[in-house]
Amino acid sequence: MADVTFTVDGKKLTAPAGTLLIEACRTHGIEIPAFCYYPGLSLQAACRMCVVRIEKVPKLQTACTTPVAENMVVTTESPEIAQARKATIELLLGNHPLDCPVCDAGGECELQDMTFKYGAHESKFVEIKQHREEQQWSPVVFFDRPRCILCYRCVRVCGEGMDVWALGIQNRGAGAVIAPNKQDHLECEECGMCIDICPVGALTSGTYRYKTRPWEMNHVGTICTHCGDGCRTTLGVRRGDDGMDIVRGDNRDKSGINGDFLCIKGRYAFDFANREDRLTKPLIRQADGKLAPVNWDQAIEFAGKKLREIRDARGGGAIGVIGSNRTTNEEAYLLQKFARTVLGTNNIDHHRTADYPAFAAALNHSIEPGAGSSGTPALAGKAEASLRDFASAKAILMLGNDPTEQHPGLAWQIRTNVRLNNARLYVANHELIKLRRQATSFLQIREGDYPALIAYLGGDDSALDGNGEAAKLREAIRGEESLLVAFGSEFRGGDVSALVRFGSLLPTVKFACLADYVNSRGAADMGLYPDLLPGYVPVGAAAHFAEEYGSALPAQPGFDLVQMFDAAERGALGALYVVGSNPIARYGVDPAALSNTFLIVQDMFLTETAQLADVVLPAANLYEKAGTVTNAFGDLQMVKKAADKAGVRTDFELIVRLAGALGADPKKLVPFGRRGVQADFGQARGAQSGEVDRHGVWLAAHHLEPKLSPFDPFAILDEIQRLVPAYNVPHFELLAGDDQHLRPGLVRIEDAGSRRDLVLPSNDTLFSSGTLGRYSQMLSSVMEARKPAETAAD
Amino acid sequence: MSTQSGQPGTIFSPALAARFDKLVTLYPVKRSALVPMLLYAQDEVGYLSDPVIAEVAQRIGITELDVRNVISYYSLLRTKPAGKYNVQVCTNISCMLRGGNEILEHCKKKLGIPNKGVTPDGLFSLEEVECIGACSWAPAAQVNYDFHENLTPEKIDGVLAGYKAANRGTGK
Repeated sequence: MADVTFTVDGKKLTAPAGTLLIEACRTHGIEIPAFCYYPGLSLQAACRMCVVRIEKVPKLQTACTTPVAENMVVTTESPEIAQARKATIELLLGNHPLDCPVCDAGGECELQDMTFKYGAHESKFVEIKQHREEQQWSPVVFFDRPRCILCYRCVRVCGEGMDVWALGIQNRGAGAVIAPNKQDHLECEECGMCIDICPVGALTSGTYRYKTRPWEMNHVGTICTHCGDGCRTTLGVRRGDDGMDIVRGDNRDKSGINGDFLCIKGRYAFDFANREDRLTKPLIRQADGKLAPVNWDQAIEFAGKKLREIRDARGGGAIGVIGSNRTTNEEAYLLQKFARTVLGTNNIDHHRTADYPAFAAALNHSIEPGAGSSGTPALAGKAEASLRDFASAKAILMLGNDPTEQHPGLAWQIRTNVRLNNARLYVANHELIKLRRQATSFLQIREGDYPALIAYLGGDDSALDGNGEAAKLREAIRGEESLLVAFGSEFRGGDVSALVRFGSLLPTVKFACLADYVNSRGAADMGLYPDLLPGYVPVGAAAHFAEEYGSALPAQPGFDLVQMFDAAERGALGALYVVGSNPIARYGVDPAALSNTFLIVQDMFLTETAQLADVVLPAANLYEKAGTVTNAFGDLQMVKKAADKAGVRTDFELIVRLAGALGADPKKLVPFGRRGVQADFGQARGAQSGEVDRHGVWLAAHHLEPKLSPFDPFAILDEIQRLVPAYNVPHFELLAGDDQHLRPGLVRIEDAGSRRDLVLPSNDTLFSSGTLGRYSQMLSSVMEARKPAETAAD
Repeated sequence: MSTQSGQPGTIFSPALAARFDKLVTLYPVKRSALVPMLLYAQDEVGYLSDPVIAEVAQRIGITELDVRNVISYYSLLRTKPAGKYNVQVCTNISCMLRGGNEILEHCKKKLGIPNKGVTPDGLFSLEEVECIGACSWAPAAQVNYDFHENLTPEKIDGVLAGYKAANRGTGK
């Protein structure tokens, strides 16, 4: 829209016509206070804090509902306005308890800040305050009625933002009160958005309430360890008995790819880290068959010695390695390097939740010579979509998956885009997924009909004959100028290439292949495959890897995960090294299969797999380390160390130490100290949690890279960037915490259709998260609370 | 409350269900039918019970929470049963000046129930209300939809007795 020019506090400003005055002012650095106004939500004009004086208008006007107009003259601060705001606060404080010293919001409360600014600390009201007891609405949400200032933010974010509509307003006037949908409790997605958006302490969380004060914590913005969306979560950490404890997770840092959003997992399911039953000492199975604690040297020496013996006696082919969906890229990469160069085996795999090799192959095929005789790759149009793209795309096609349950961040982006930008959403699914409520058109198909749907969309009329709905969908999609296509694990192998081929018929299209866990994508990109190296380079074409590693790699594909357990059963697997994974429970493996295999497990808890181990090494989780992760959409982000637990070590350090015990040269495994050995890690300035990472930003800005230690993940990131060009994104932005979308150019040219399909979707819901989720008290209690309600509804 | 249904899936009488079917088509948005629907339902059922709320929500296509939000806004809408004869005594200014409070007190004593109470036999309920628009004939009270004006304690006794007799006349 055309720009208009107007004057605010004597300054001439311009903004597009239609912009709200409050937004226009904020853009130009003029802060107008408001409780009820929240960008992106509908307007309420309930709080009257944003009143301003507009020339030629008789009364004060609310800036949150007034669009800017040509030649408008506005005053935002004057004695008159200050008096009006002060009176508003006085009324708000009429029944607001002055329990700031014990209120969770104390110190980060908007009402407190406004009272401080406008000084309405003396109340003219002498009536006795009406107290109401605090109510618990769900395991997550607590409501303290007298603190509520009725700004309606929670009601709107729950309804408009989350499409849950679980909060409402009952009664009227002074008796008005926020009410949950089940009269005395909530039945909702437990996302905690209402708590985060509450400007005061009326809504508080079961996790954090009465635990600590905001200023007693360090706040570290890192990446959530659960689903494949890779949302930014800010962890509040506080010194505890054995390290830094995580006390709170929230979305204080709204600069992440998730914008305003976080789900229950990102906000509250960090509690596994503080559990009492976490492993903090290495364990070795003793002669009596029981696991007993030993010290680190004994455990590493023992594990290393056994691995060396088995490798030397039976060859690398007798050893298997299983990686994780939740370790960093650097750790996954290091693990495959360790397997291939130190153990000398390609027997390496992980729990696959999406067919990324097929996706990489399909994307590359679409830029192959067929695209144009001139040889210019038609890459621009056929790329991968970032999660950010879903917030601004004009049209989205969602095939399979249930984002509301499995990718809540994606679902939020799509809902927001539909609501604010009128984006067109096309959904095809075999279930009546909730996201259909935002869809321009929804097509229900049978579970096995996804390939037929793609054939039909591609022009094969016989594939879905006589389906009028499908015809309409095809018509609509063909009319789109640009399209984002997101697909779930229903698409594998040949179906993925068929889908991408169909996409290349459209003018501009981007794809997203959805996987289940925080670094499922990274695990795939980093070559946790028996037949593929990092970047999907086939093991037979490892020339530049051999050059970088300085040694030859095994050229034959190794065992995949299922073959490893088959080999173990027939006694052909001498040792198995499992890092952050629980295959026994996930794949239902018979524990007896591993009775003749030396098993090393690295994990946080004594999982079903760890219980069978000969050596158990207590590992740090994603909140206790630094590195990078890649979300399902190919957004590369840095994780920062927030918490700390005495007795555990990062997977990175453990892999390096194990390699050392096997007699490998750590300097070959992790190329550290290449540019000399002079640097300051910040210790001199009293490094605290996150300090080293922040220091890293400064160093990167000055072209200093102090990789002095074999335990420095960023030394490995350098190597990854040399070998996997897609990961060669600017260091500086990455360290500063910005998400960087991968560059095109993941390889794997050959057809992936012939590979064995080992994708096993985890089918997690909003309240589950694989093995890790079972160790979250908050997730379990929500599941527990929902059970009776569900049976009653049947 | 009767649960016999005039048509499958409704708790209302066939006539009311048919009326509701039509009601939702009369407005540009279905939601506009909410308040009239609640009033009619309350007249038939006596109060807005959970099943009433559930069916109204389903008919309009909004959540039960939305329906409850509206009900709680209006004092005319109730979620608990009232007596067969709901005595509403006005104590707003005109009535107050002409003895409305005395009428209310008298009713409390006579019926033996407090404000918002229901007699044990379920015949009468009592409610103090704001202006019912009968200022010219204050003090006034409204029993269900009947107005009784220029009241005195004696007069209201007669009114209450009349309802009692009328009830006996109906055989229950």
